[in-house]
Amino acid sequence: MNRATLNLWVGFFVLLGFLAFLMLAFKVGNLNLDGSGGTYEVVAHFDNIGQLKERAPVRSSGVLVGRVHSVRFDTLHYNAEVHMVIDTQYHFPVDSSVSVLTSGILGEQYVGLDAGGDDKMLKNGDEIKLTQGAMVLERLIGQFLFNKAQEGGTDKTSTDKGAP
Amino acid sequence: MIHQVEIRDLNFGYGEQLVLKGINLTVPKGSLVAIMGLSGCGKTTLLRLMGGQLLARQGSVRVAGQELNHMNEAQLYAMRRQVGVLFQFGALFTDLSVFDNVAFQMREHTRLPESMIRDLTLMKLNAVGLRGVQSLMPAELSGGMARRVAMARATALDPALILYDEPFTGLDPISLGAIGRLIRQLNDALGATSVLVTHDVQESMKIVDYIYFVSDGVIVAQGTPEEIHASALPFVHQFVWGEADGPLPFHYPGPTLKMDFGDERGQA
Amino acid sequence: MRGAWGHGLRTVGDTTLSIVGRIGAVVLFLGQILRHSGTSFRRFGLVIREVYFAGVQSLIIILVSGLFVGMVLGLQGFETLQSYGSSESVGVLVALSLMRELGPVVSALLFASRAGSAITAEIGLMKATEQLSAMEMMAVNPLARVVAPRFWGGVISLPLLAVLFAAMGILGGFLVTVVMLGVDSGAFWSQMQAAVDFHHDILNGVIKSLVFGVAVSAIATFEGYEAPPTAEGVSGATTRTVVSSSLAILALDLLLTAFMMKGWN
Repeated sequence: MNRATLNLWVGFFVLLGFLAFLMLAFKVGNLNLDGSGGTYEVVAHFDNIGQLKERAPVRSSGVLVGRVHSVRFDTLHYNAEVHMVIDTQYHFPVDSSVSVLTSGILGEQYVGLDAGGDDKMLKNGDEIKLTQGAMVLERLIGQFLFNKAQEGGTDKTSTDKGAP
Repeated sequence: MIHQVEIRDLNFGYGEQLVLKGINLTVPKGSLVAIMGLSGCGKTTLLRLMGGQLLARQGSVRVAGQELNHMNEAQLYAMRRQVGVLFQFGALFTDLSVFDNVAFQMREHTRLPESMIRDLTLMKLNAVGLRGVQSLMPAELSGGMARRVAMARATALDPALILYDEPFTGLDPISLGAIGRLIRQLNDALGATSVLVTHDVQESMKIVDYIYFVSDGVIVAQGTPEEIHASALPFVHQFVWGEADGPLPFHYPGPTLKMDFGDERGQA
Repeated sequence: MRGAWGHGLRTVGDTTLSIVGRIGAVVLFLGQILRHSGTSFRRFGLVIREVYFAGVQSLIIILVSGLFVGMVLGLQGFETLQSYGSSESVGVLVALSLMRELGPVVSALLFASRAGSAITAEIGLMKATEQLSAMEMMAVNPLARVVAPRFWGGVISLPLLAVLFAAMGILGGFLVTVVMLGVDSGAFWSQMQAAVDFHHDILNGVIKSLVFGVAVSAIATFEGYEAPPTAEGVSGATTRTVVSSSLAILALDLLLTAFMMKGWN
């Protein structure tokens, strides 16, 4: 094997490897997000985050705009403190609201971000005040039954009233 | 007289077993000395001790006046640049061509320009008559040719001391004669000192200056070829004339015949 | 009976000790390689040569296996996900399993049997034919001239091969699910991009393959260097390279996965 041919092959091999890596990084992965410097961080407090995990997507109108950076329990307010990193190319008003949502019926949980109407935009380290925690199935069913029972009660009184 | 190699009261062994016992041996500068003995008598071990690949347990091994036992790795490697070794079957690097094999040490140890390395390498190959095979791989050479290429490689940096480990093994009579002559020629042309470990008596008697006989880890006889030839020592006589039995028994020591084949076996 | 138990127990003890001893020996050997690596970097041509033998020559087997593994993942994933009505997520499944596990692990296993065994056999034969001794006598340290370049060649090659394996696998999954089974191409890529994280999936996969590269190369060179200089010795060492590398890869994978998971959960 000639030295030059050998070097050529190795060069080809290394180049191929780097191309594959770039393809994985940009086409398969999400290097454009989470990249250092390209994001700003906001924080929000939720009474319940359900199954929300670090790295869960943050979506606005269904479009991926950022990721959950960290989740911890806030011992001062006794609720969950969620840090999110948002891509700098997306700006949101300071009165935007966030809620913990579920994709599909059994899908993963993500943070939904709904833009508000203020002129001022969110900056790094700002807090989003308007939050809506995750739905918990048991509470949902309990509430539903409670409402149903109340509905039934009011219905009865109304018919009672109407009868005489 | 200056001695290229000087060994004093050397003891060496692997584990419990002592392979070499009280060896005293000198190789004067410029001479060609043979160490002879049966296979497995410790000849190759002796050669490795001279190259610093093994270290003596007791006694001293001096090469060019320097004690190998006291050297660190760097000093050992520096000493080895002055030593060329021809291994039993050549030990050519199978992944390099003949040319690259001979040029190996020049490329590793010198900063010579490639054109000069080329000239030197071809000169070395020419000295062993194999300039024509420079582009072949070692696997494409015959046994005798590989041995000659290995000699060119061993002498590539004009070493002061050349060690040959069984240079005659497995060669046809013509290559054998050629190798023998080459050993003598290289020694004299380079002004080097050579040590030859072999069991080929007839061939080495023709070329060497002095002979040591090793048996069972001890030097049993020594002398010039003429002295050895005329020697009346039974061991030397047996060795030189190739007799099957003598002081060196044909049978490896073991249980007596009676114990292995006799009828006492059942009772034992 | 007691004798048999005692014997069995003793065998277990002996085996454990010898395994621990061997791991220790490989680690010490690795230290020696690193100490003698200067030559490899000063004369990088030596390493490039080994990248050719370890990397370029493993290219075909890695690319073809990657394609097949990706296709199988696509088929299996499609079959399973379809019953949940989420066959678009098949891209996520293919990409994540390739990036996190199959890419690094399978390519390392293939590398151990293709390149690792070749390294062991080559060094073992060089030792058996006294080439290493000869080199030492020419005042060239075989650790620096023969072992270290092969080690670094392996360490450089494996991550590149693993990345190529994963990329090829995703291509295979794409071919099967999008081209053949009719999954929407946009959904395939977008779901994949939303789920695969550069740091946690891609970089971690590369780190894994780098660790495997160090382990396989160290084991392969160690087995070759320590092989008994006989025909059986070299063939035994070659087998041991494949067996111990495979075990090492899987054990290290468990450790690394546990470590990396802990890092982000």
